[in-house]
Amino acid sequence: MRQRSLIAITAALAAGSLTLTACGSRDDSSNGSGGGDKTTVVIGVDAPLTGDLSALGLGIQNSADLAVKTANKDEFVKGVEFKLEPLDDQAQPSVGQQNAQKFISDKDVLGVVGPLNSSVSQQMQKPLNDAGLVQVSPANTGTELTQGDGWKTGNSVRQFKTFFRTATTDEVQGAFAAEYLYSKAGIKKVYLIDDQKTYGAGLAASFKTNYTKLGGKIVGSDHINPDDRDFNAVVAKIKKTGAEALYYGGEYPAAGPLSQQLKDSGQNIPLMGGDGIYSAEFPKLNKKAEGDLATSVGKPVEQLPSAKEFIANYKAAGYKDAYEAYGGLTYDATWSIIEAVKLAVEGNDGKVPADGRKAVLDAMSKVKFDGVTGPISFDEFGDTTNTLMTAYKIKKNAWVPEYSASPKLG
Amino acid sequence: MNELPQQLANGLILGAMYGLIAIGYTMVYGIVQLINFAHGEIFMVGGFGALTVWLVLPDGFGLAAAVPLMILGGIIVSVAVATAAERFAYRPLRTAPRLAPLITAIGLSIVLQQVVWMWYPDAKKDRSFPQFDGGPLDIFGANIQRGDLFVLIAAPLCMVALGLFVTKTRSGRGMQATAQDPDTAKLMGVNTDRIIVMAFAIGAAFAAIAAVAYGLKNGQVGFRMGFLMGLKAFTAAVLGGIGNIYGAMLGGIVLGVAEALATGYIGNIPGMELFGGGAWKDVWAFSLLILVLLLRPQGLLGERVADRA
Repeated sequence: MRQRSLIAITAALAAGSLTLTACGSRDDSSNGSGGGDKTTVVIGVDAPLTGDLSALGLGIQNSADLAVKTANKDEFVKGVEFKLEPLDDQAQPSVGQQNAQKFISDKDVLGVVGPLNSSVSQQMQKPLNDAGLVQVSPANTGTELTQGDGWKTGNSVRQFKTFFRTATTDEVQGAFAAEYLYSKAGIKKVYLIDDQKTYGAGLAASFKTNYTKLGGKIVGSDHINPDDRDFNAVVAKIKKTGAEALYYGGEYPAAGPLSQQLKDSGQNIPLMGGDGIYSAEFPKLNKKAEGDLATSVGKPVEQLPSAKEFIANYKAAGYKDAYEAYGGLTYDATWSIIEAVKLAVEGNDGKVPADGRKAVLDAMSKVKFDGVTGPISFDEFGDTTNTLMTAYKIKKNAWVPEYSASPKLG
Repeated sequence: MNELPQQLANGLILGAMYGLIAIGYTMVYGIVQLINFAHGEIFMVGGFGALTVWLVLPDGFGLAAAVPLMILGGIIVSVAVATAAERFAYRPLRTAPRLAPLITAIGLSIVLQQVVWMWYPDAKKDRSFPQFDGGPLDIFGANIQRGDLFVLIAAPLCMVALGLFVTKTRSGRGMQATAQDPDTAKLMGVNTDRIIVMAFAIGAAFAAIAAVAYGLKNGQVGFRMGFLMGLKAFTAAVLGGIGNIYGAMLGGIVLGVAEALATGYIGNIPGMELFGGGAWKDVWAFSLLILVLLLRPQGLLGERVADRA
């Protein structure tokens, strides 16, 4: 009896692993020459397509898809057919690194868009850099990704020659949040919480520096585990500090219950966060979100004349998911790679150069165009030159833009 | 203001939830010496079962009236999954070395997560769960949310019911007998297979009640919620003395209160500012577990772990 069941289990396991191997070998067959006289250039996308942050990730995937389709439709680069290869990183650094290896091993991949999380990027940067493969993140705001840990002391050094981004940095974002909270909202006492991830901790650090420099007071600080959903113990600590607002460095899955429990405890003060909480999911997970604040990079695409076409095309393409916070920036990130490919092809008599990756990398620093989110170009660190930020407030369960500016760094 | 009543209440509410889940670990372990690591996911599917009931109820159905139906829905789903797991994943391995069912349990927990993630509508992100309207109640200087009252009432009721069941009914005594010595119990005419299924089912039902409490408290359920809660509940079961049903509840409450107090106060001790944050509470909780196991290896209320583990 026992042996028979063991056999059954072994058989099931064997069948399962065979199925998995079959899945793994699928990319061998698709490399054939199906495109006639056109060369195929693949743009990789890495984002969390599943899990807590999938709302943001699917917006990234769709927006990149839209950019690629637009380029193909107009034959923006003559003789080149763009193809998108999206991979799911589940917001996990180790998975992101595996995805980076997959992109590297596919010779047709000339650029990678993504990822969403700065902590994932940290694991992808080095392999992509070693392979000379351009990466443009639409959402990574971790300042050290481009400038190294020295940015806090004014000692910025470019980390990876292949890393670019269309999102501005947390140094800018934290400074903008501090400026808005202190000067515009008139809040002088803040309690500070972060989730100890690369993104959350960096944002909180920049906020703290700039807020205290302006004259604001940090009345207490704490860290939380982003997998928790019960923050009542931390919330009870805030009460006696007399904080007028809570600044949270982290993302919406934890920020939602944190904000709600804060208000449930009888403290009617706003929670403010960065672009990690600027998602339509945030008010859905938090019934007391009214008055909460967030900053996000760029201006709301709905307000930008440059984005009208993007919004219309996105709607027309009929994607199931919204483009979310990074749609416009993703479109621009993808488009910057397309522009670089165009420059590389034009510099090589209308053909994709044999060393396409190097040519695209060389072209990236010259890329300059008017994107969905405004004029796009990259500075000496690979950071976007566009530092426009916007503060949003929850009104009637939706984010409403309040104020846009480019902050002064302290 | 005095923060202590609030922190104790926070710990008590969280701890009661841990305790309810811990019952499932402790009963299954007490009877078949299996650490059912898929129990966190049994808890999770219970939450989705309850959510489904809420979603299919017509609009305008009051939450207070819906809660009993949601509990029922959660229990049906949890118990179905747990008994199916027992029948198809654990029973064939009952005589196998102890490691085999343990690994099966871990595998099963991943399977259950993925199944919910793939097939439950929109479960790729956290789903919002209904919550009671109205502000908090002030009880002895602590703010208690209306949703939190649920677990504060349900946990002691469940414990009393379970205590009566185990000591007063025939099946309960069969359960005790099987826990003591399954072979002899079988010889005495106890249907041990039935008893084992019952242990899984009771644990699952309690987990489903805890899942409803979790949903009402946090306003959301997600496919990953079973992992951390399951781990904490398992810790609570060990802390209280695994195999002892009252120990599970006591361990849960000790753990919850320890977490709340660690978050609230350790940072105030001079020289400990760095270690007092909310992210450190798990470290303190597990330190407490290690301390208890060093000083009292059988757990707070445990009696006989050493002889059969």
